[in-house]
Amino acid sequence: MNLRALAGFAAIAAALAAVGFGQSWSVSLAVLNLCLISAVMALGVNIQWGYAGLFNVGTMAFAGLGGLAAVLVSQPPVHAAAAAGGADLLLAGAAACLTAGLVWLVVRRVPRGRLRTACVAVTAVAGYFVIAAFFDPAIEAIEAVDPSTSGYLGGLGLPIVLSWAAGGLFAAGAAWVIGRVALGLRADYFAIATLGISEIVIAVLKNEDWLARGVKNVTGLDRPVPYEIDLQQAGWFADMVGSLNAGALAAASEADRALLLRDLVIEASGIFVKLCYAGLFAAVLLALLVLSERALRSPWGRMMRAIRDNEIAAEALGKNVYARHMQVFVLGSAVVGVAGAMLVTLDGQFTPNAYHPMRFTFLIWVMVIVGGSGNNLGAVLGGFIVWLSWIEAEPLALWTIDALTAAMAHDDPLRIHLVEAAAHVRPILMGLILLLVMRFSPRGVIPETVRR
Amino acid sequence: MPVDLVNALVLLANFVVVPAIAYGSQLALGALGITLVYGILRFANFSHGDLMAFGTMATILATWQLQGWGIGLGVLPTAMLALPAGIVAAVLAALAADRTVFRFYRIRRSSPMVLSIASVGVMFVLNGLVRVIIGPDDRSFADGTRYLLNARQFKEATGLAEGLTVRTSQLLTLAVAVVAVAALFWFLRRTRAGKAMRAYSDNEDLALLSGVEPGRVVLTTWVIAASLAAVAGSLYGLDKSFQPFTYMQLLLPMFAAAIVGGIGQPHGAIAGGFLVAFSEIALTYPYRKFLRYLLPEDMQPDGLMQLLSTDYKLSVSFVILVVVLLWRPTGLFRGRVL
Repeated sequence: MNLRALAGFAAIAAALAAVGFGQSWSVSLAVLNLCLISAVMALGVNIQWGYAGLFNVGTMAFAGLGGLAAVLVSQPPVHAAAAAGGADLLLAGAAACLTAGLVWLVVRRVPRGRLRTACVAVTAVAGYFVIAAFFDPAIEAIEAVDPSTSGYLGGLGLPIVLSWAAGGLFAAGAAWVIGRVALGLRADYFAIATLGISEIVIAVLKNEDWLARGVKNVTGLDRPVPYEIDLQQAGWFADMVGSLNAGALAAASEADRALLLRDLVIEASGIFVKLCYAGLFAAVLLALLVLSERALRSPWGRMMRAIRDNEIAAEALGKNVYARHMQVFVLGSAVVGVAGAMLVTLDGQFTPNAYHPMRFTFLIWVMVIVGGSGNNLGAVLGGFIVWLSWIEAEPLALWTIDALTAAMAHDDPLRIHLVEAAAHVRPILMGLILLLVMRFSPRGVIPETVRR
Repeated sequence: MPVDLVNALVLLANFVVVPAIAYGSQLALGALGITLVYGILRFANFSHGDLMAFGTMATILATWQLQGWGIGLGVLPTAMLALPAGIVAAVLAALAADRTVFRFYRIRRSSPMVLSIASVGVMFVLNGLVRVIIGPDDRSFADGTRYLLNARQFKEATGLAEGLTVRTSQLLTLAVAVVAVAALFWFLRRTRAGKAMRAYSDNEDLALLSGVEPGRVVLTTWVIAASLAAVAGSLYGLDKSFQPFTYMQLLLPMFAAAIVGGIGQPHGAIAGGFLVAFSEIALTYPYRKFLRYLLPEDMQPDGLMQLLSTDYKLSVSFVILVVVLLWRPTGLFRGRVL
């Protein structure tokens, strides 16, 4: 770790502390948790862009699939729905596999030309109707089961922490399929293709209610950490808070003491829960960081950089560029998927409407570019810096506008307009940060270290 | 012709053909801007959607001002009078972005990916500016006569069961698009500046050697692309409604249109725009009523006969994009760009 990285993280710590003293520790920890998740996502994008120069603008899809994994792993199964439509759904799945197999067979067996195109089209269209014949009644039956509370298949009822790994697997699987289609394309076409695929994945999550209730959202997800209300009733927790605040409690009068202790316990329970999350997320981040760093320093990492810097030369040396691109695409997407599952775990709910390319794709890109592409620590720092500025831009803008317009009348239309506009200063600030870093420090806050 | 067949065709015209022509014209104008920037400046410009929103915003503000003064165009929407303001604003925004951002990377001959990432920064800034200035909500600014032909009039005139509606904004969109495209083609083929643009896009070094001034070519490109963006955005806003976020979502169909037609080729962008628009609308239209007219009593369909749920509208453009890229990577029209 060099001086710049140390200074960067120290500045972040100071900023979080300032939020803690200025707003509240609860807010500060909430920001920290999202910073940690953002850092994991940035790490994933850095694996793709920083190591191998893949311009993937579909991060949102992998974050969404990670979120889906959280639902499918942790929610209790809905047996009635499975009984109502499970068999038909399986048959539809089988029909889909069969169709895909037949198309593959046709492509393999029939020589290139008009005949092949026609055969593929006929097989696909016939397959579509067979699949629909099973699929449509199946989802209708599933969605009819208690639509206000379930109306979907539910999950496996396992602990939600397992979903973080499952989220990685989901994202990796999707990335493999997407990579098969898109990785042969030119860099700019690849970018547009991934942007399009991410929109489709989110459209599926929004509309396939049988899968995860779509826009009806799944709320009240399982938690890997204790609930505040349990903590507040636990004797050991009250004792701990009491001993930590012994001074303040001793100073209070006998009558106030119980009330003060109760308030302290309520406040502390929220902070304790957030600290638990922070611990879990930090552990994941550290593990991934160590792994990525080892990979980058290995011969494999050197090969990746060689491919990034000169694809043709690497290919001439016998490196399989397509396979290596596929590898980093799958690995990086898996990391984003893990982060997506962590995010849904933290929120305790899965809301497909929340996925917007600005927040889940382009913002992550800003993190990587700002932090320093090609440098894992840089991507992590970028995640912290950008999330912190994204979240604190609004209160700061509001405060600035308030100070600037203090002289105006309270009902001045311009003042009202500006106060309302404060929330929208965020994208401007992000854009400016990105453009300024690209222009004046193109290698980011912590530049990539070139090892020879 | 039997009445049922006519009714079926009118139904299709009303719900598929007319809306798709209007939407296709809007996409084509937007895709032309993307294709021009790609052909001359050689990068995928992610900020084009928000440039459209920016121009439209200026048009709306000017429209409100004109409406406040009581100036209107009668039958036509006031926005037509305000359009020059939108064009000027979009051109100024594009030129400012070029001057402060893109020129730096162009001179250093950075990779197209770097320029694309820079355009993401420009996208953020423009998006934020639009939201700060006009707010994130739905804004409607259409006035004038809403319908050129409404369903009741049509039914009374023809005696058919199905009505045909043509909104003023739809016809206006087509008319403006035709004029803009004709002017663009005339410019590219006949004028000196247009020929310089084509030469520059075809072979930069040769063009420079022949005395084409790169600064001027770039300037012309931005002026044309931004003007088209402002026109396309304003027409889209008139036809549907204005919401800053929807313009960002238009980016994908516009890219699809540009790539499907062969990126860098103006006529390809137009064909691509209509292809995307027709596919999106035709695939998500429920054909139940249409088939009811055509099929005998005992073969009536039960379901909606919709090939794709409306929610997957956006996905259609992408599927077209992937199919074309796999099947014919250079786009539908091969050959020289511009």
